[in-house]
Amino acid sequence: MSVHITTLDDRVRLRKDDSSPLSTQEYFVNMGPQHPSTHGVLRLVLKLDGETVREVIPVLGYIHRGIEKMGEHQSYRQFVHLSDRLDYLSALINNWAVSMTIEKAANIELNDRIQVIRTLMAELQRIQSHQLWWGVFGMDLGAFTPFLYGFRDREIIADIFEETVGARLTMNYIQPGGLMYDIHPGFVKRVKAFLKYFKPKLAEYETLLSGNVILQERLRGVGRMDGQTALSIGATGPVLRASGVPLDLRKSEAYGSYGKVAFDVVVGKNGDCWDRYWVRLEEMRQSMKIVEQLIDNIPEGKHMVMKPAVKIKLPEGSYYNQVETARGILGVYIVSDGKESPYRVHLRTPNFNNLWAITETAANWRLGDLVAILSSLDVVVPDIDR
Amino acid sequence: MTGITENIWQAKTIAQRATEALPDSVWFALGYMVLGVVGVAAFIAVMGMGLIYAERKIAGHFQCRLGPMRVGWHGIFQTVADTLKLLLKEDVVPAQSDRFLHILAPLFTLLGTILVLAVLPMSPIVHVSDVNIGVVYVGAVSGFGVLGILLGGWSSNNKWSLLGAMRAGAQIISYEISATLALLVVVLFSGTLRLSEIVESQAAGWWIWRAHGVGILAFLLFFVASLAEINRTPFDIPEGESELTAGFHTEYSGMRFAFFFLAEFINMFIVAAMTATLFLGGWMPFHIGDFAGFNAIMDMIPPGLWFTGKTAFLVFLIMWFRWTFPRLRVDQLMRLEWKVLLPIGFVNLIAAAVVVLFNFYFFPVR
Amino acid sequence: MDSANLLTAVAAAEPNAKPREKADRAAVQVPVGNFSALMKRLRNDSAFAFDMLCDHTAIDWSEQGSFELVYQLYSTVHGHYLMVTTSVPRVNPIVPTVREYWRIAEFQEREVYDMFGVLYDGHPDLRRLFLEDDWKGFPLRKDYKDEFMLERPE
Repeated sequence: MSVHITTLDDRVRLRKDDSSPLSTQEYFVNMGPQHPSTHGVLRLVLKLDGETVREVIPVLGYIHRGIEKMGEHQSYRQFVHLSDRLDYLSALINNWAVSMTIEKAANIELNDRIQVIRTLMAELQRIQSHQLWWGVFGMDLGAFTPFLYGFRDREIIADIFEETVGARLTMNYIQPGGLMYDIHPGFVKRVKAFLKYFKPKLAEYETLLSGNVILQERLRGVGRMDGQTALSIGATGPVLRASGVPLDLRKSEAYGSYGKVAFDVVVGKNGDCWDRYWVRLEEMRQSMKIVEQLIDNIPEGKHMVMKPAVKIKLPEGSYYNQVETARGILGVYIVSDGKESPYRVHLRTPNFNNLWAITETAANWRLGDLVAILSSLDVVVPDIDR
Repeated sequence: MTGITENIWQAKTIAQRATEALPDSVWFALGYMVLGVVGVAAFIAVMGMGLIYAERKIAGHFQCRLGPMRVGWHGIFQTVADTLKLLLKEDVVPAQSDRFLHILAPLFTLLGTILVLAVLPMSPIVHVSDVNIGVVYVGAVSGFGVLGILLGGWSSNNKWSLLGAMRAGAQIISYEISATLALLVVVLFSGTLRLSEIVESQAAGWWIWRAHGVGILAFLLFFVASLAEINRTPFDIPEGESELTAGFHTEYSGMRFAFFFLAEFINMFIVAAMTATLFLGGWMPFHIGDFAGFNAIMDMIPPGLWFTGKTAFLVFLIMWFRWTFPRLRVDQLMRLEWKVLLPIGFVNLIAAAVVVLFNFYFFPVR
Repeated sequence: MDSANLLTAVAAAEPNAKPREKADRAAVQVPVGNFSALMKRLRNDSAFAFDMLCDHTAIDWSEQGSFELVYQLYSTVHGHYLMVTTSVPRVNPIVPTVREYWRIAEFQEREVYDMFGVLYDGHPDLRRLFLEDDWKGFPLRKDYKDEFMLERPE
C-alpha cells in the first residue's frame, strides 16, 4: 500500500509484450474536445483494437470554471446564479436545489403557491431537457430529423419560460425564499395548450424513431449495466432507473409538491441503451401527468416570503440536500461559518457519476456503440467539470 | 419478335454520330466529340448544383423548416453561391500527409462518376456512347470510387479518416456483389449487356413487373445494394458524421472537397438512373404488351421526360431514406450483406434463370 | 433506520466514531486509523448496507491546520443517509482509499487530490482530474495563489 502519483502519459502507453506475429495492434485515438457527438467539451482517449473499444479514458477539465471556489466569495443569493450554469438543461431544478438547501438551513418556511409553482417549473424543465436529449440522440445515431422535431417542440416551453422568467436557458428564477417573479397571467393557458399539443407529438416520436428496426438493432443489448455496478458508480436518474433500481427522489423524499401528485417511477429491466432510451420517453409522459394535476390548482399567495434585500446568513454547520434533476441527483453541500458567504460549497453533480459509467459500459463494444452509449447516458459536460 | 409492341424510336448515340460523320468531314466528327465531352461536363456541373439544392430543400421540408430561402427566389442560386465559395477557398494539404495521393484521391472518385455518365441512355438521342459490354463496364468503372475513398482516407494521416476509409472499402466491395447479382437478373431476361438494348427490350413492359416476383426482388436488392455503394444513409458510416466528424474527407477543403461532394451527388443520380434503366425501362414509356392503343397514348409523352420522371422519383426516394433512418453499425451492415442480401441474391438469380428457361414471364422476348 | 438508531449502531460497530456536531443529518467523525475498517463495515454489513457513495469532498480548515474529508453515504436497501468525516493534517494528508467499496471513489478522490492535494493510500491511478498533470498548487486550499487570480475590489 503506498501513494504514487501517475500522469496521463502513463495511462496512454501501449504494452510492448505482443508475442504472436498475427496479433493486431491496439492503438490510441483521441475523441477530442471538439467532436460532433461528445455533448460538450469532453475528451475521450480511446484504446481501439480495430473497431472495438478496449478502454475509455475520459480527460476532463476543458470547461472547469472554479464554481466551488467562486462560491466561497459570494453571498448565498449570488451563488444561485452560478448554479444554473452547471447542467444548463436543468437550470431551474439546479436553482431549486441550492435554494432548498439554504432554506432548510436557515429555517425559512414557504407557502404552497411557491411549492406548486416550483414543481411545475421543474417538471416543464424536465420535459424540455428530455426533448433536447431525444433530438440529439437521433442525430448521434444518424437520423437527422428528430433533432429538429425535438427543438421545434422545445421552443414552446422555452417561450413559456421566457414569458414568466425572462430567460430561455439560464433562469435564476427559483431563489431562496421563493421565486424571483410571480407567474405571468398567461402561464396557465400556455401550459395547457402545450400539453394538448405535445401528447400526440410524443406518439409521433415513437413512430419516427422508437419503432425503427435499425434503431432497435443498435440499442437493444448494447452497453448493459446492472444495478449493482450502477450503484457502485453512483449513477442516478434515468441511467440508474434503467438498470432496475427504483430510486427517484421525487418519490422517496417528496419535496415540493411531489407528495401531492400521483405519478409512476419508470424503471427499466436490462440497463442497456434501449432501456435508457425508453425510460426517458416514459418520464416525459409522467412529467406531463404531474403538470396536468397541478396546473389547474395553483394556490393563491405571495411569490416571495422573504425580502430580496435581506442578507442570508446560515448558522454554523454543514448542510447537505439533494434533488432529482433531469439527469439524476444533484446534491448541494454547504459548510457555513456564520458569515455572509459559505465557507465551503460543494456540488454533487449527476453527470459526474453518469460519465464514469462509460468506463464500465463501453468496454469491448464497437465505436458506433460507444456513440450510442454516450448519448444514452445523456451527459452535459459543464456539470461534470463545474 | 411476335406479339409485342414495336419500338418506334430510333436510338442514336453521339459517338455513333461522330463515327458516321468521320468519312465525310473530320470537323463534324470532332464537333460531335466535343459536344459529348462538354455535355458530360456541363451535365455534372448543372445536375450537381441542382441535386444539392434539391437535397437541401427536401431536407428542410422534412424537418419542418424551409431550407435555403435567401439567395434568389426560394434560394435557387444557393448552390451557385456555394460553388463560388468553394472555388475561392484556400487549398489545404496537411503537412504530414502524403501530398501526391492526397491531391489524387478526389480525382479518382470523380473519374469513376464521369465514366459511368458517358454510357447512360437518357433518351433515344441523348446518349454519349453505347459500349457493347455496357453493364459490365458500369460495374467495373464504378469501382474507381472506392480507390478514391481509400486513398483519401490513407493519405490524410488522420486515424479517424483511416477508419472511415477502411469502413468504406469493406462496405463498397461487399455490396458490389449483391448489386451485380441483381443486375445479372436483368441481363438474363433481356439477353444482352448493352444498355440501349436493355432499354429497348422493355418496349413490351418494364422488367420490374414483367419479370414479376424475381423482378421486384432484383429491383429491391439492386436499389439497397447501390445505396450502400454510394455511402448514403442508412449506410453512411464511412462519413458517419457523429462518429468520425467527416470520415475520409475530414482533411479536405475547397475545390477538392467539392469533388468528393459532387461525386457523391452525381453517384446518387447514377444509381437512380441505372435502376430506372434496368428495371423501370429507362426512357421507354409505360407499355403493356398487347394494348396498342394504350401504348400509343403513353408514347405521346416524350421519352426524355419519362427518364427524368423516373430518375427524379428515385432520387427523391434516396433523399427520403437519408432524412428518416438512423445509420447501421458497421458489423450490422456487413452482416446484412453477407448473411442476408447475398443468399437472397443467389437464390433470386437461380430462380430468374429458371423463369427465363421456361418462359414464365409476361410477353417473352425470345 | 432513523438517525438515532443509526448513530447507536455505528457507535457499536466502531467505538472511536463520535457523532459530529452541527450537521443536518446523522453524521459521525472517525480518526484516520479506524477509517478504513469502518467504511468496510458500512458497506458490507446488511444492517447498514450503504451501497451508494453519494458524494466525497474535502474542507480546508486552514486555521486548525487540517483537512476534513467528508463522505455522504446512502443505502437504497434501508433508505437511510450517513455522513462520515475524518480529519487529516494539512502537512502530510494521507488517507486510505475506499475505491474497493465504491467504484466512483476512484474519481472523486482524484478530484479531491486535484483541488486540495490530499493523498490516497492504495489508489491505482492518482492524478489530477480537471487540471493539467503539471499544474502547480491546489486551487481549493485557502492559501492558494497564482498569477491569474484577480483581487476583488472592496
